[in-house]
Formats: sequence, C-alpha cells, structure tokens
Amino acid sequence: MLHAGRAEAIARTEVEEFLFHEARLLDRWELDAWAELFTHDARYVVPSNDVPEGDPARDLVVIDDNRERILARVTRLKSRHAHREYPTSRTRHQVTNVLVLAREGDELTVEAAFTVWRFRNDRADYYVGRYDYTLRLTDEGLRIRAKRVTMDMTSLNPAGAVSIIL
Amino acid sequence: MTDVNDLILDDPEQFVFRVHRSTMTSPEILALERERIFSKVWLYVGHESEVRNPGDYVRRSVGGRPLILARSKYGAINVFYNTCTHRGATICRQDSGNASSLQCFYHAWTFDLEGNLVGVPDAASYGPTFDRAGLALRRVARTEAYRGFVFVSFNPEVEPLRDYLGGALEIVDLALDATDGEMEIVRGSNRYTIRANWKLLAENSFDGYHGLPTHETYFKYIASLEADARKKMGAISSTGAAASYLSTGRGRALGNGHGITEKIAPWGRPIAKWSPLFGEAAKPKLEAMHRRLVEKYGEARASRITQTSRNMVVFPNFVLNDIMAVTVRTFEPVSPSEMRVTAWQLAPVDESPEMRAARLDNFLTFLGPGGFATPDDVEALESCQEGFAATEVEWSDISRGMSYEEPRPLDELQMRSWWRRWHELMTGRVPAAAG
Repeated sequence: MLHAGRAEAIARTEVEEFLFHEARLLDRWELDAWAELFTHDARYVVPSNDVPEGDPARDLVVIDDNRERILARVTRLKSRHAHREYPTSRTRHQVTNVLVLAREGDELTVEAAFTVWRFRNDRADYYVGRYDYTLRLTDEGLRIRAKRVTMDMTSLNPAGAVSIIL
Repeated sequence: MTDVNDLILDDPEQFVFRVHRSTMTSPEILALERERIFSKVWLYVGHESEVRNPGDYVRRSVGGRPLILARSKYGAINVFYNTCTHRGATICRQDSGNASSLQCFYHAWTFDLEGNLVGVPDAASYGPTFDRAGLALRRVARTEAYRGFVFVSFNPEVEPLRDYLGGALEIVDLALDATDGEMEIVRGSNRYTIRANWKLLAENSFDGYHGLPTHETYFKYIASLEADARKKMGAISSTGAAASYLSTGRGRALGNGHGITEKIAPWGRPIAKWSPLFGEAAKPKLEAMHRRLVEKYGEARASRITQTSRNMVVFPNFVLNDIMAVTVRTFEPVSPSEMRVTAWQLAPVDESPEMRAARLDNFLTFLGPGGFATPDDVEALESCQEGFAATEVEWSDISRGMSYEEPRPLDELQMRSWWRRWHELMTGRVPAAAG
C-alpha cells in the first residue's frame, strides 16, 4: 500500500480542520470544490430517520450516492431548477465532538456530531445527528472515502426534505 | 365560512372546473373533512408484511387516531385504538416490535394481542361487577385487507373494502402480479412534514402536467445517464425520457374518487424495463422476467405490468405509485396548512439481493425526501399554500382536458374525479358531471 501507516501521523486537529473546511465549502455553496473532497470510490449515505442502522443494499434510505451521483447532485443543486434550493437557502454546518476512532493504513475512521441549520423564507429548519467518516490520506491530502449522516430527528420534521447536502 | 355547496365550480358545458381555495385554508373545512371523510371511508393503515409473525406490531396514526396494527398469536390481523381503556395513555409507545402482550406503563394494565385485558394490578379492589370484557382494547369498527394492504374504517356501515376499491383493484393487481411470490414492505420509511394542505399531495400524486417543469433536473439526470451509457457501451436505444413522458399515457377515473395516470415508463423499472442504471448484467434477467410474465398473462398484460408507469390515488389519501420502483404513501392533515407524510417501498420477497439493491437505488433517483424530484414537489405544495394567503384570488383551475372526449397525456380527469368525490361526501350531493 502506497501510504501504509501514514494515517498514524494524522492528528485530530488536522482531521477537524479538514471537516471544518468541508463545512465551510457547503455553507458557501462551493459545491464543485466540495465534491472534489471525495475519492473516486466514495459513498455518501443518509439512512432513514426510523432505521438509523439501515443498509442501502437492503433497506430504504434517504440518500445513497456514489461518486457519479454526488456529481449529479451538485449539478442539480447548481441549476436554477432545483426549486427547493432556488433561491438557495442559507446554511450553517456546525461540526463538533470530533473523535478519531481508528487509524489503519492510509485510512481514518472518524465520528463527529453535527447541527445543520437551514434558513429560507423566514423559516428555520434544522438537522441534528452524527457523521461517520472514512477519510483517506492521498497525495492531495485528506479525502472522503465515505460519509454517513445519521439523523437524530425521528422524522423529517420540520425540514420536509433533505434538499441540501448535510 | 363559504357554503360547502359552493366550493367547486363544475361546468362540463363550458369546460370549467374550479376549486375554491378556502378548501385549502379553512379550519372549518378541515373539521368537516374529519367528520365526513376521515370518519366515513376506508383508510390505509399498513401492510401485512410489516407484522409478519405472531406478536408483531406497529403503531400508526390514521385519520388522526393513534392505532396499533398487530398480528395475534393465532395469526389474525387486529387493529386497535392505541389508548388504554383505563385512563387513556398510549399502550404502544414504540414504532414497532414483537410482544405477547402490551402493558400500559401508567397503571400497568396489560392486554394481549387479541385485545383482552389480561392483567389489572389488585383487580379485586374493583369489586364483583368489574367489566373485564368491556375494558378490552377497543377495535376500530372495520378492518379488511386486499392482497396485503390493510385498511380500516371508523364507520361500521362502510361498504366492503373490495367494493370501495372497485376500479382500483385491477391496478393493485398489476403491481402485485409482477412477481410470482409475495410482496413486502422494505425496512425503513420516509416520514416528513409538508407545510401545505393535505389535498395538495392527493392532487400532486397523480398530476402528470407538473412533471416536466417541476422535475426538469430529474429528466436531465436520466438523459445524462443514458448519454454516459451510450458512450461506454456503444449504441443503445435511448428512451428519450422527456419526449415519451409528454406523448404517452393518460389519466383515468377509477370510480369512488380513485384515479390513475398510466404511461409508458420513461425510466427503468425493476420489473422489468431495463435502464443503464441497472447495469448490463441485469439486462438478460429483466428480459427473462418479462418473458415469464408473457407466458403467464399474455403479451398485452405482461407489457402493461413491466413497461407502464402507474400513479394511483385511492380516495382520499392512499397512493400506490408503481413507477421507477413501487412506493406506498399515505398522508394526514395536522392543520389546514400542514400534513404528515409516510412513504414506504414495496418489493418482491423473493427478489435476488442484486436486484433488490438495484431497485432501491432506482427508487432514490427520483423518490423520497433526498431524491432528485420529491424535494421539488414539497416546494411546489408549500408554494401553493403560501399563494393561498392571497384570498382575493379565490379559485384554482383543474379543467385541463375537459373539452376532449378522451383524456390525453397530462390531462386532469383523475383529479376532477377525486374532487367530485370529495364534494359528494362533504355535501351529500351526487355530482352530475363526469368529464
């Protein structure tokens, strides 16, 4: 393995900085740059509210994107025809409680807590939950191999949809 | 309040069909709907596969009532009100589970899944006249099922479920006959709130006209997938999703307010219309599925099962959309301007793991609150509700296609038939018009 063992040298602060950077890109709607953070074999998964342990191969989930669909999602959100997000909402991705649970080879297993606020038309929606990341150390730095977003809300109330990227 | 008799303008001579927007905003109308619709007709509660084993239960809210759908140790499907007959606390406080009995946490009264009151701490203190049988969990007035779909009615006089479903039975059959075995609800549900009147989702669920403008980004996505596939695999035929969406199919009334839009699917279907999303390997399997259905039902019905996309609304709030996957949906008013939606996915029990994964993936392209289309429906409905605050603009128009003998693609006959049934129940008057 090209970078075997290198993940051992990554401190939690570096991981935090990477996650804060990701959150910043999302809040600035720099979605092309956000998509670049993902590896080519990446997955972005949001399970259903009622089955947080859901497996996209067997269970109904909210989002199960591979790299191609991550890019398609970005293309859609950048158009003026993703009506739920045009005009775009204002968001704030708050990432806390970051823990590096494992370092193996060139990959890190990371858990964090999030609150994502979405504001639009004098209305506030929120998403609260846990991020589970698999990060990979590449020549370009840390990249996202997998991002799983487990929501704490028992249903999509008040949000009504996951129209933004969590 | 506007007189309920004046809420719909229905003039087939002048091709006018208008709905007064107070139907979407008035608390009095909602109160009447609860009395004259939700307390009178059949309402969907759940699917038998959700309570497959003795002791399985799920809790539901149906017509505003908290309910328990349970399978007893004898295998019977029972639907009870989820309220302790003692003081009212909800007995079932988890979304689902398996139990031999349900105990109210408040005073520890215990009921079995036939509803019998089997445990009362210090029962002797109630004296010799204690009516244990009369304090059993209360059943809803009527519970009947058709091919796994369990409906309830709070009206003891309601007609049998099969009579009520009427023309909708055939459409349920088309979805379920796609497989030799049983269908089941896939684990996990989409539960979301839309800040709009519940009737807007009934309309939207079989409104073909909004498809292209509202879901333009979805059709672009499907077109780009097909273009990618052509590049990778050489020439494959394009379905021309948007063109086929516009040119095929029609809406129909199925009686009793139920209706459907049916068209040649502009997208892949897991049974059995191939799309690049399924991958090359799935192609022969889908063709074999189609052949199997031709043997069983003949070419015409088999093609209808595999190639057509069917959006059906069973009055008032049960949706069976057999489109890029099979979705089952119901929704309830919380207030005139807010509804709670629950959607599930239905799939063959004996499907291969690969095909199940492909089906789930196909579902997510369009459907669900994180899909490439449903969020924009939510936006459309909330936008309508916001617009209704302009009370001087009193009417919404649902007249598309009234001047034609036969409905064309994207016409609105199915929506008019829903509203006519709504009006009939709200006023007690049978409508004369049909077009």
